Amino acid sequence: MAEVRAEMTANVWKVLVAPGDTVSDGDTLVILESMKMEIPVIAEEDGTVSEVKVAEGDTINEDDVIAVIS
Amino acid sequence: MFESLLVANRGEIARRIIATANGMGIRTIAVYSEADADLPFVREADEAVLLGPAAPAQSYLDVDAVLAAAKQTGAQAVHPGYGFLSENADFAEAVTAAGLTWVGPSPDAMRSMGDKIAARNRMAAAGVPVAPGTPDPVPDAQAALAAAHEIGYPVMVKAAAGGGGIGMSAAFNDEELTAAYETARTRAERFFSDPAILLEKYVPSARHIEVQILGLADGTVVALGERDCSVQRRHQKVAEESPSPAVTPEIRAAIMDAAVKAGEAVGYRNAGTVEMLFDTATGDAWFLEMNTRLQVEHPVTEAVTGLDLVAEQLRIAAGEAPSFDAANVPTASGHAIELRIYAEDPKRFLPGPGAITEWVEPTGDGVRVDAGYESGNTVTPFYDPLLAKLIVHGSNRQEALAMARAAVEGFTIVGPKNNLPFFTELLANDEFVRGDYDTGLISRMRG
Repeated sequence: MAEVRAEMTANVWKVLVAPGDTVSDGDTLVILESMKMEIPVIAEEDGTVSEVKVAEGDTINEDDVIAVIS
Repeated sequence: MFESLLVANRGEIARRIIATANGMGIRTIAVYSEADADLPFVREADEAVLLGPAAPAQSYLDVDAVLAAAKQTGAQAVHPGYGFLSENADFAEAVTAAGLTWVGPSPDAMRSMGDKIAARNRMAAAGVPVAPGTPDPVPDAQAALAAAHEIGYPVMVKAAAGGGGIGMSAAFNDEELTAAYETARTRAERFFSDPAILLEKYVPSARHIEVQILGLADGTVVALGERDCSVQRRHQKVAEESPSPAVTPEIRAAIMDAAVKAGEAVGYRNAGTVEMLFDTATGDAWFLEMNTRLQVEHPVTEAVTGLDLVAEQLRIAAGEAPSFDAANVPTASGHAIELRIYAEDPKRFLPGPGAITEWVEPTGDGVRVDAGYESGNTVTPFYDPLLAKLIVHGSNRQEALAMARAAVEGFTIVGPKNNLPFFTELLANDEFVRGDYDTGLISRMRG
């Protein structure tokens, strides 16, 4: 199981996966937006999305959990 | 001169405009979002009006809210700064229709330069050199491929309504072009609500050199020297200098002439910047675009010319003569370098907002800091990452480099991530120190 965490304070622009989705290493899970820049959050392993902890429009802080992959 | 000025912007540029206007005895009005209530520019204006929530669309981009603030405070003029509404011709028109003075060019001049395709065509017709490219919007990927074969790879794909490097990328073959075209189109729609795309010849080793112009109240257009803005990451400027180490007196004469022609072709008034692409291999300088507003990096020009460009803007907007003799325009004295201090990590340049617990600015002769923040402020994720601009002015480039190194050492920011360590690297980089660099410099440093 791997938790995917935010690298910075940001707004959640797009959520591209839902619980139950199968993802591969390198897939984009969520796109954040901070300081006029889009920042894709990428899966770093193959697996199944077990939890998505953010919704579009949320403001998140550095180190917040974005999703869990198992 | 008008007696009051509303500054429709935030951060360092709002503060910088307010300082000049206050110094001229003009009553200043700041507008701000909920996220910015504690920033220095709000306090330093004579009055401040809350526009709305943090999101730009509900605050700094809300035309009705800005105009209501002007009416409520009895403002006589509006300065838009850069970004936000500064290049929005409809806003300029609305300001004028409300009986206020717009500190900027005419809406017509803004429109003719706002679309990069129309601007290219108009400049070419006026005898300003433009890079080979498409004279009409490219409707689909198939048409992009056909155009690229005519221009010859590599090509640059750009949003016609774009800015800030958003949606821009270079393509070296058909496959890259197909991907670049789709990306540019999606971003152009999202950020600029206009999907029009153009292709231009891509120059592998280029410098970004721009000319500051002023269209004076009497119609004369003058050029105030160049700025070299080739230190870029993600097609966005990080450091600028004037004069450019790459520009000879002959090239300077040619690009000043091209910039004046560009301004005259659209009847330009007020401050503007003509951006040129300089091919280091051939020495060609091509018109890229014109920014119809005050530029972020205007302080390097102020340092070497001794002018206050905001004061000149206000004079022009009020129909007054400039502070200098237009027949004998000030030329560069010494050398100036500007470093953009961003809230981003110094390795990958990813945004790093956060609360500022310590903020100490360098001081000294020839050192200027235009800061949007101070200790105790929080840098939020809602706006661009510019924290401050550090400008040094020395008697020559070598002295300016030494001053910049000392000033970076003397700058302390604790809290948000920041790129000060990057500047320590840049100021020790052999290419930068020699002055022999191009827009690929940062990629090479990080390669």
